[in-house]
Amino acid sequence: MSEYQLQEIPVGPYRHLVSERAVSGETMLLNMGPQHPSTHGVLRLLLELDGEVIVNCIPDIGFLHTGVEKNMEAKTYQKAEVMSDRLDYMNNLGNNLAYVMAVEKLIDVDVPPRAQALRVILTELQRIASHLVWLGTSALDLAAMSVFLYCFREREIILDIFEMVSGQRMMTTYFRPGGIWRDVPVEFEAAVRNFIKLFPKRIDEYEALLTNNPIFLDRVAAIGRLSAQDALSYGVTGPNLRASGVDWDLRKARPYMGYEQYEFNVPTNARGDVFARYLVRVQEMRESLKIVEQALNKLPLGPVHSANRKFVPPPRSEIGTSMEALIHHFKLWTEGFPAPRASIYSAVESPRGELGVYLEGDGGPKPYRIHWRTPSYENLEVLPLISKGHLVADLVAIIGSIDIVLGDIDR
Amino acid sequence: MGVEQKLGEMGVVTTTLESAVNWARTNAMWPMLFGLACCAIEMMSAQAASYDMSRFGMELMRPSPRQSDLMIVAGRVSRKMAPVLRRLYDQMPEPKWVIAMGDCASCGGVFNNYAIVQGVDEVVPVDVYVAGCPPRPEALIHGVITLFEKVKAEKFKDLAKA
Amino acid sequence: MDTRLDKIVKVLQEKAGARCEEFHGEVHVFINAGQVADALTFLRDEHQFSLLSAMTAVDYWPQEKPRFHVIYQLTSLTQNLSIQLRVPVNGDQPRAPTVTHVFAAANWREREIFDMFGIEFEGHPDLRRILMPDDWNGHPLRKDYPLGYEEPQFTFNFEEIDLRKPYAKE
Repeated sequence: MSEYQLQEIPVGPYRHLVSERAVSGETMLLNMGPQHPSTHGVLRLLLELDGEVIVNCIPDIGFLHTGVEKNMEAKTYQKAEVMSDRLDYMNNLGNNLAYVMAVEKLIDVDVPPRAQALRVILTELQRIASHLVWLGTSALDLAAMSVFLYCFREREIILDIFEMVSGQRMMTTYFRPGGIWRDVPVEFEAAVRNFIKLFPKRIDEYEALLTNNPIFLDRVAAIGRLSAQDALSYGVTGPNLRASGVDWDLRKARPYMGYEQYEFNVPTNARGDVFARYLVRVQEMRESLKIVEQALNKLPLGPVHSANRKFVPPPRSEIGTSMEALIHHFKLWTEGFPAPRASIYSAVESPRGELGVYLEGDGGPKPYRIHWRTPSYENLEVLPLISKGHLVADLVAIIGSIDIVLGDIDR
Repeated sequence: MGVEQKLGEMGVVTTTLESAVNWARTNAMWPMLFGLACCAIEMMSAQAASYDMSRFGMELMRPSPRQSDLMIVAGRVSRKMAPVLRRLYDQMPEPKWVIAMGDCASCGGVFNNYAIVQGVDEVVPVDVYVAGCPPRPEALIHGVITLFEKVKAEKFKDLAKA
Repeated sequence: MDTRLDKIVKVLQEKAGARCEEFHGEVHVFINAGQVADALTFLRDEHQFSLLSAMTAVDYWPQEKPRFHVIYQLTSLTQNLSIQLRVPVNGDQPRAPTVTHVFAAANWREREIFDMFGIEFEGHPDLRRILMPDDWNGHPLRKDYPLGYEEPQFTFNFEEIDLRKPYAKE
């Protein structure tokens, strides 16, 4: 125990990042370590403090580096999808969607309309679930504990829907290249309609607790302002960019999976501070619910897998009767399908921003190079910029509002 | 037996010192907030209203290692994080227990590569392994109850040997 | 390809001698390392490609010249266009110029490429490892770096792995 004395952090390695006052000892270097209740994951922040005011903030990431990009190169396309759930662990189905869309773009496989609509419903439910965790944990950081309990109560309903559909609450791996794993059960529609009926009143409950609450407003108004110019230069996307006034949503600008059929608004807010990001995300939950309702009303009947047997396994019923189906099944599950020697970049709108996949094939069944352009990486990069001059307590509110997920950053 | 018959009506219960100490240890075991990745979200779900862990005495999750008894390693431990994990374990006062929650903490899970420690028992000694990716909140609570049974079966002579 | 992209690619071909390829509606422009900073500034200022969507690298080992391609994916919000620039980098002493003065997002991305591939970016203000520990040897995403696969413990080899697994002491 004695070797863990309280040690001063030496300025040396960070000399080029801190101000002059740190070298003379006027400001203090404080470690907000990887294990901290308010960092939302294993993020280490080195704070240069002048009393309680932050002069500089240096993030240190990599404590959750999982080597996913290299590990996916060693697995076939179907098996590598399992790892995609675990990157941004709040947005499992969204990660699946990004990966599966990239593979489909590379191998040029169509997706039937019923599968597209089901993908939209489940992705938007996942977006609501992700925003609920964001709201619960950031409010918990600001000591609003009942909001945390309420948000997780609603999230349980969504996780029950996921479990009904795929058997797993979180890491579902439900979307597959060419469609989805299997069709939804009969109880799915009733469960989703039940959720659509009860959720708007619940959002009103959260807003009643927070939006006009003077304590909350004192903590979040005019804190952590991010200008649109800085946001674009730093590559920030998603609700953080929209809360700085820039109207850019990939679901509207480059619609995929049939998003052009659904009517929904994209909320923006010109203030750019923590309160603006809060308002944008709460409104996004309402808009996502609208999309779910429309998609459920328009849900077409039909197959949920593509008919392209070179890439999509045939249904079990065909294997008993057709020789080609048996051969396709055998080849797909032992070898995998070959992808062309080309590279693509495909992006979707995750709850955090632009989730992009750069996928390069080499003619074989395994990806040659896969790179995940994860939104939280760029979103965290603005933290030193927007937290200068604020107090340490404000830093907690700012980190909560940026909505980072360390699995996304460290991959 | 004679003592209990005489004193039972006066509201006095006799037991062994071991049972009393183990009862005290299990009834209010405070976990340390050590959520790393996806399993942390299921741990938060277990703490929230639907699968309430405060029924089992874990009302508070203490972020400070000095004030906790139980470290639930929830999530994958990377090579950069392993020394931090060990340091926090050393800072916990005795008696302390470790639950390895999830597949990544038990054995490396899905990730068998250069960046992830293959099983957190290479870094800290583990008492209970909870399998699942991520384990359901009920599975975590089952792991916690298994740990309670293990603690209730602890004998003083084993502690005296160490 | 889109007519507006056509014009932009023609300008790049004249000014920087770039080569262009297309796949599935995407435009990939191959450009030299010396001209990439100017090309990015040109695209950002003249054609409003204001968002650096992604920046990464690919390793083509055992091919040495070039061994790496550094990839810049740019998005224009006002025109709703995307373009990808690829910079070939040689294998011995891989170097590339920094673009942090053009897009601030490149700061951490270049650190990540340095960490994972070993490509040094000249002029970068803070080039150190970001995802791996500071004292790590090697660059993990290179093709000649091993995956680090450890043999899983099944029942048939349980004891043998049990003996050599470094369990933690108290």
